[in-house]
Amino acid sequence: MTPFVYARADSLGDTIAAGAAPDSAFLAGGTELLNWLRLGITEPTRIIDISRLDGLDQVEALPGGGLTIGALMHLNDVALHALVVRDYPVLSQAILNAASPQLRNLATIGGNLLQKTRCAYFRAEEQLPCNKRQLGSGCSALHGINDNHAIFGWTEDCVATQPSDPAVALAALDAVIVTAHRSGGRRIPAAEFHLLPDTRPEADNVLQQGELITAIELPAPAPRSAYLKVRERESYEYAIVSAAAVLEMDGQTIRRAALALGSVALRPWRLSAAEEQLAGAEIGDREALSTAIEQSFAQARPLSQNAYKIELAKTAALRAIEKAARMSS
Amino acid sequence: MNFHDRHLLRLRVNGEDHSLSDLDPRVTLLDLLRERLHLTGTKKGCNFGECGACTVHLDGRRVNACMILAVSCEGREVTTIEGLADGDALHPVQQAFIDHDGFQCGFCTPGQVMSAAALIEEGHTGSDAEIREWMSGNLCRCSAYPQIVEAVRAAAGRASQ
Amino acid sequence: MMISQPVARPDGGVKVTGRARYAADYFAPDLLYAVLVTAPVPAGRVTSIMVDDALAEKGVVRVLTHEDMPKFGRFASPRAEPDTQMQQAEGPPAAQSFMPMQGDEIRHEGQPLAIVLGETLEAAEAGARHVALRFEFAEPELPAPPEWTAIDKAAVVPRESGFLFLEPTFTKGDVDRGLSDAAAMVEAVYLQPSRHHNAMEPSATLAEWNDGELTLHDATQHVYGVRQVLAARLNVPAGKVRVISRHTGGGFGGKGWIWPHQVLAAAAARIMQRPVRLALSRANAYSCLGYQPRMAQKIVLAADRSGKLTAVQQDVVNLTTVSDDFVEFATEASKGLYATPAMRLSQRVERANVAMPTALRAPVEGPGTWALESAIDELAHRLGIDPLDLRLINHADTDPATGQPWSSKKLREAYEEGARLFGWRERPRKPQRDGDWLIGYGMATCSMGCFRHPTPAAEVRLHRDGRVLIRTGTQDIGTGTLTIFPQIAADVLGLPMEKIELEMGDTELPEAGPTYGSSSTMGVGAAVLAAAEDARSQLARLANLLPDEVEMHDGHIRRRGAAGGQTIADVMSHTDIGEIIGSGSFDPAQHGNGLAMRTFGAIFMEVGVDPGLGLLRLRRAVGSYSAGRIVNPRTARSQMTGGIIWGWGMAAMEQSRHEPVLGRFLSKNLSGVAIPVNADIPGDIIIHFVDEVDEHASPIGGKGIGELGATGVAAAVANAVFDATGKRIRELPITPEKLL
Repeated sequence: MTPFVYARADSLGDTIAAGAAPDSAFLAGGTELLNWLRLGITEPTRIIDISRLDGLDQVEALPGGGLTIGALMHLNDVALHALVVRDYPVLSQAILNAASPQLRNLATIGGNLLQKTRCAYFRAEEQLPCNKRQLGSGCSALHGINDNHAIFGWTEDCVATQPSDPAVALAALDAVIVTAHRSGGRRIPAAEFHLLPDTRPEADNVLQQGELITAIELPAPAPRSAYLKVRERESYEYAIVSAAAVLEMDGQTIRRAALALGSVALRPWRLSAAEEQLAGAEIGDREALSTAIEQSFAQARPLSQNAYKIELAKTAALRAIEKAARMSS
Repeated sequence: MNFHDRHLLRLRVNGEDHSLSDLDPRVTLLDLLRERLHLTGTKKGCNFGECGACTVHLDGRRVNACMILAVSCEGREVTTIEGLADGDALHPVQQAFIDHDGFQCGFCTPGQVMSAAALIEEGHTGSDAEIREWMSGNLCRCSAYPQIVEAVRAAAGRASQ
Repeated sequence: MMISQPVARPDGGVKVTGRARYAADYFAPDLLYAVLVTAPVPAGRVTSIMVDDALAEKGVVRVLTHEDMPKFGRFASPRAEPDTQMQQAEGPPAAQSFMPMQGDEIRHEGQPLAIVLGETLEAAEAGARHVALRFEFAEPELPAPPEWTAIDKAAVVPRESGFLFLEPTFTKGDVDRGLSDAAAMVEAVYLQPSRHHNAMEPSATLAEWNDGELTLHDATQHVYGVRQVLAARLNVPAGKVRVISRHTGGGFGGKGWIWPHQVLAAAAARIMQRPVRLALSRANAYSCLGYQPRMAQKIVLAADRSGKLTAVQQDVVNLTTVSDDFVEFATEASKGLYATPAMRLSQRVERANVAMPTALRAPVEGPGTWALESAIDELAHRLGIDPLDLRLINHADTDPATGQPWSSKKLREAYEEGARLFGWRERPRKPQRDGDWLIGYGMATCSMGCFRHPTPAAEVRLHRDGRVLIRTGTQDIGTGTLTIFPQIAADVLGLPMEKIELEMGDTELPEAGPTYGSSSTMGVGAAVLAAAEDARSQLARLANLLPDEVEMHDGHIRRRGAAGGQTIADVMSHTDIGEIIGSGSFDPAQHGNGLAMRTFGAIFMEVGVDPGLGLLRLRRAVGSYSAGRIVNPRTARSQMTGGIIWGWGMAAMEQSRHEPVLGRFLSKNLSGVAIPVNADIPGDIIIHFVDEVDEHASPIGGKGIGELGATGVAAAVANAVFDATGKRIRELPITPEKLL
């Protein structure tokens, strides 16, 4: 690691004031930041330890339904929280499918959304041609090994995917990411938080320097929701494809569906066209469900080695819907 | 906010208070334990949170010591494999690993044992499948996995399912 | 009797408490931390190494480059025979002939170019990031695309060297006739990727010089090998090099031979006149150490209508580095498994600017059984014969290559008992489903050759108070030797396990060879046995008994069959001897001449395949083995389950991918390279050993088991996948895109 100075933050005000200085980085769980420092992905000169800020590690019910989750809550604590387990199984499942028990004890729900891609070229111990490592150096994966890369929303500048599991669940839940910043905070829809590579391939999300995630807000309970993760080993591995489904049902009929795919683009990928067509479908009618899902794949574009992910993603979406329907409401 | 490039760190390790001056903030908890405190039972297998060999308890929760800046542990309590046993009396998990042949080369074993001890406290021993999932943050290349599950099950006092 | 008892590991106490010390756990006063700077390109020349920024880093003491390094000596492999062109050949235990940091040439990505030395690890690591390199690029030789025609075109016959253990071709009988006579034939190409050992302990070396003598704490499977190679490279007498390795955190072949980093650490310590610890980073472990090379195997099996093989033809090509021809002799499996009148086998290599491959747990037969046992399954389906029956039909009653009788072989019993435990004969023949999962059953034969290294030695010291110390310069890599050697001595000396201590992993101890090739029980175990018997004989003479007629029991020595006897203390109290030192060794040339030796077994597996999601999961397995006497069924079971899981990793996920443009391994970390986790492995793995004693292989009556369990597994999995889905997968690993 390149040398840096360190300070522990004890108030939100001081934190966002100090964080606004260039080359400052916030340290919460550390499970991403430390690896970036070791690989030279970022080289901040000032580290602001926010892990002991008060009041950011609670789950609270929102008036009028919904929950607010403090950004510094550790992943395991979110996933095992009784209200999350009961009302937002998709989020609980997504978290418990992420990383390992030890890492989930460190990583925070806010920090998790700031994960950078797992593209092997980006994560290499040497700096390889990669526009996310160095803008203008090119994309090694485009003509290299890309079998686990994007099928949606990629450009020739970057074909990577966003790896966060919780982010996929939050996108399907229409969660809101609440931030604080010296110039005022924001409320950002989860599905719009991460950036596709079309404008600034080097950027991962919409946050500005010094902007801090303080909470995640979940709308009304979504007990019929589920997460499905596909990976070659059973645990402790990033997804090839994942799918989050949130359903509202009338008996066996889908009233409303929200679907998001993970590891298929640089942001959780909402299947809006499919969602529209799913309204009114019978859960037992696999053909109707598949036809609806198909609508959202018109824009899918495979790379040289990952056409299989298109079929895989369709099946994952279907299975996630069926799994969500089986969750008791 | 006061930024420094050298820090005074006070923390408790295995019941003993330590005060370290002039600490470089880049030092991880793992390297602090191994290189400064010479507690080498905690192993460095990958240094990227990808193997679990460095699992310790931080304020009672299992964590990867390679993913923590030591300086952030000010005032906290760390338990390592060296501090798990009660004097000469092995922790039930340690004894169970011996009884069930839950290791071979032994390099991942401190991490496995620390993880298992925490897992039992967490209550994730409802089934063998649950143990397997909640022990999956600890790689074992000798692949003692079935014996590790047997050891955890036995230490949790649960009959075979 | 302690032998054959499921004794718990005596090393448990130190291993579950963190007191077991591995190479990187040692310190020395004034220790310097070393971090490697490695080549980011696969070929070319480094034209300048700018160290100023690194030296500006607080705590960085020095940056060593090739200009600072001494000229390393050549290491002539003891395998090289006099009066041949191999006389000066480099070879094992040196892992490669090429030594980095001897000039500006770059032969593979990840090759060490500089060593940053710091007072702290943080300083050395930061310094390494700031060493600036300039290059002259050269067009690299890159691995061919992974398909037979491309690989076949790139392949060449391996040259003579210390790494060529066997003839690269083998022919027996009339293959063309066997092919033309055939009623059924299978011709297929089987591929497998490069894959790394990924031991949990990255290799590490602490080097310390005192008065011209070098002491090394090293992560190794062969302390004496480290001594030999370092003495030659550093031009010091072997007697001035002491190598200590009390525990090694997994070897699997990756720490078997001696790699450049061990030499570099010692050289750096000599230059600096300070102790140096070089602990490889996980990324270093992918490019500074070996791996099992990418392989392609083309097999033709021909059989008559009854299923009897009429010919076996196999062409094997493995990847190797530009400097040395490592040959992965997969054809050995075909030479040893099935009776056939005709064989035509060849081994070739494909050279590229990649790191040097090496042996990896279950070398040779591991890759060999992947191809052969897949092809046998294909042949069985073509003939409409049960895969187990086809194997029984072709059972080799003598060694297929040499015609020699077996030292011992109970494969028929292993098949039978394995099939019974698994329910093979009763398995459903119609497609099975469990929800989204298709269920399939597959089996394969397992086999490993017997590597008996000359000539391990051991010492058994019997103290007058009845305590015993076994001293032998072998290594603990977790296989169980720390348990079974005391068991062997306990039996001879009639003492309980608690009385017996064992000291290993030090060149101050009697030379006992490497801990690889599944060789330790046969070889070092026999040396311990001989040393214990020697101690007992010496005690007998002191007790005025005939050594050949005594037995020891419960701390007493007596004439065999007699009651009571004299205690050890009593016998020794009549003398002024404080302890008896028994010596023993094992010379394989004295045992089993003219006999073919192998271990055998059968693996039966049930897998689930979810064709919608491309998932493959293990449901249960039975391994049944014919491997001679099992000294400790408890540690042996762990060895076999570990081997099966190792094989599962090979089948289902493991690969170190060669990046086709940059000429590097794509991922050099454990998140980019999958190895099995606990959740992958069901509890339902049954291990069975046939009751067997092989008196010819070794006086222990046992053979090696460390690698046997890992053979056959990949084929059994692919065969089960075929059973489940009708898809024949001929390229490992069997990942989702192949199953959709």
